[in-house]
Amino acid sequence: MAVISYREALNQAIDEEMARDENVFILGEEVGEYNGAYKVSRGLLAKYGEKRVIDTPIAELGFTGIGIGAAIAGLRPIVEWMTHNFAILAMDQVINNAAKMRHMSGGQIKVPIVFRGPNGPAEYLSSQHSQSLAAFWMHVPGLKVVAPATPYDAKGLLKSAIRDDDPVVMLEAELMYSWEGEVPEEEYLIPIGKADIKRQGKDVTLITYSKPLRTVLSVADKLAERGIDAEVIDLRSLRPLDTDTIFASVRKTHRAVVVDEAWPMGSPASFVAYAISRECFDELDAQVEIVTSEDVPMPYNHRLELAVQPSEEKISDAVAKVLYME
Amino acid sequence: MGVKKTNSAKVLNDSLYMSLLEKMLLIRIFEERAAQMYGLRKIGGFCHLYIGEEAVATGSIAAIDLKKDYVVTAYRDHGHALACGMDPKVLMAELFGKITGCSHGKGGSMHFFDTEKHFLGGNGIVGAQIPVATGVAFSQHYKETGGVTLVYFGDGAIHQGAFHESLNMAKIWNLPIVYICENNQWGMGTFWKKVSAVEDFYKMGAAYDIPGMQADGMDVLDVYEKTAKAVDIAKNGQPVLLEARTYRYKGHSMSDPAKYRTREELEAYKKQDPIGRLKTLMEEKNLIDDKAFDALHKKLKKIVDAAVEFAEKSEEPAIHTIYEDIYADKEAIWQL
Ligand SMILES: Cc1ncc(C[n+]2csc(CCOP(=O)(O)OP(=O)(O)O)c2C)c(N)n1
Repeated sequence: MAVISYREALNQAIDEEMARDENVFILGEEVGEYNGAYKVSRGLLAKYGEKRVIDTPIAELGFTGIGIGAAIAGLRPIVEWMTHNFAILAMDQVINNAAKMRHMSGGQIKVPIVFRGPNGPAEYLSSQHSQSLAAFWMHVPGLKVVAPATPYDAKGLLKSAIRDDDPVVMLEAELMYSWEGEVPEEEYLIPIGKADIKRQGKDVTLITYSKPLRTVLSVADKLAERGIDAEVIDLRSLRPLDTDTIFASVRKTHRAVVVDEAWPMGSPASFVAYAISRECFDELDAQVEIVTSEDVPMPYNHRLELAVQPSEEKISDAVAKVLYME
Repeated sequence: MGVKKTNSAKVLNDSLYMSLLEKMLLIRIFEERAAQMYGLRKIGGFCHLYIGEEAVATGSIAAIDLKKDYVVTAYRDHGHALACGMDPKVLMAELFGKITGCSHGKGGSMHFFDTEKHFLGGNGIVGAQIPVATGVAFSQHYKETGGVTLVYFGDGAIHQGAFHESLNMAKIWNLPIVYICENNQWGMGTFWKKVSAVEDFYKMGAAYDIPGMQADGMDVLDVYEKTAKAVDIAKNGQPVLLEARTYRYKGHSMSDPAKYRTREELEAYKKQDPIGRLKTLMEEKNLIDDKAFDALHKKLKKIVDAAVEFAEKSEEPAIHTIYEDIYADKEAIWQL
């Protein structure tokens, strides 16, 4: 299998789907001539031309809404947001239009569109540019939300998202674009709404999604050295949420820690923890712990920004807690 | 160059020439040093330099009275902060993420603020400062302070709905504000003409019955005069849109090699360098010679050296400060 970066995996997914279906096109800031702010769309303008690879003005509300209208009228747009921080300007379009059209038209209208871009903490960017907005999207019925953490998952999920007949929000991450991993040459899809067990284990279930996966896997390796066998679940999709996989794992390990770089209140982590507590109450040997970013905006100073986010130490402490090792 | 008197309280005189030159040169030297410090990894993240555009902030801010007027800008804010009189030390310390920085190491390059100097940032979301600044003008109008607000934004930002919504409300509510579009011609890698329906931004004011003006953003005196005029109009409850044509010499931020433009384009603008142009004019008026210029350069370099030393020696913020500066009290923060 070829080893490629997360960025290239996304690029291949878009390229293959544009080749497969002429209704697929991409629009956003800097996606064309500049090859994407994070180079995800590299080479696409040269290959598909200005009709299908469209540089927009900096007008998130406008071009996101235009994407939604185009989807309603038969196209399959991919809207690239330079980052999710800027998608906040477009939230009205996504939440009130994309997510509601099927519903308020009594099922007449479909909105096959993908909104994608980097989400979550990056480095040295302070509070307006470094935050996870996962909860904002996950909260909304009518949207699907995917958050892959490996090149393999990114490619397979983006292809599924483009083919999906509902609006899909995809969460990537600036710091993940250069991560590498194996991706098969032949075509494959990953279904939306299916979690993946990234590491089998029996003593404790660690659940996460997106960028923290690496940290969680590294903690699992270190726990193994101490004789603790952790199972690591990568949610991959936040909506629909694969509770079957989560519950089956917790029924096996009886302990769970959910790791999330969003803020704690109303977070994906807190919802997953609630679902486990409710469904697996009798099988739990300890209360479910969550490890999230601190409940503060992101500071610029590097030491501080690391202190704000989930760390190996915070995760191991939570594991120690659910295993009563303190 | 015919320099006319303006209606504004300030008149172009010899000492003003010197202070404009000094401000622009300070910004230039500060920015060059910031670039160097970025290379040494003392500064991280997005660092948007103002080199080439010094005349815009310098000329316009010289035309207002910061005792009652306000300045609001975006993330390319070092020049405006210095033009408002912020201390290079606290700015460099902020770039270094130190506790002595103007935002205690929380904001970094994009988020300089100084409420005492009436400099309200330092805002990272393209166009989002425009309604906020309009609200500052609303407050000035409401309290009848007699002050105006200058708000700066790029050629990219002008296409945000936030700009258009703001102009309409400023007009219907007679707000004392001057909207200054710093047209440096590139919004990241996008040439402004490619994404704009009109080629003269000042015309956009017309849609809201707001007077539009244009200034040569490479000429600090032109910017000064036009701003002074605009401020006079704005003080009488008539918002103004002022477009300053300028150019950024560096990439969009430190990580952008700016491959999208030609060397010729850059060189052509460097030939009209705002500092060089003012220096030549002052030489013609016998206000400065090479020796005096060099002495000024040396003096400013020392100030910037001292800023770097101050930043270097300052303490990192303590970890517990992550919980500070979020609410007036801490009750609303979730902590177990
Ligand atoms: C709402 C929003 N969208 C996108 C960005 C990313 N971004 C930062 S600066 C920039 C270009 C802005 O260009 P312009 O307004 O001309 O200002 P300049 O940087 O040239 O001073 C973009 C797209 C952002 N910060 N905010």
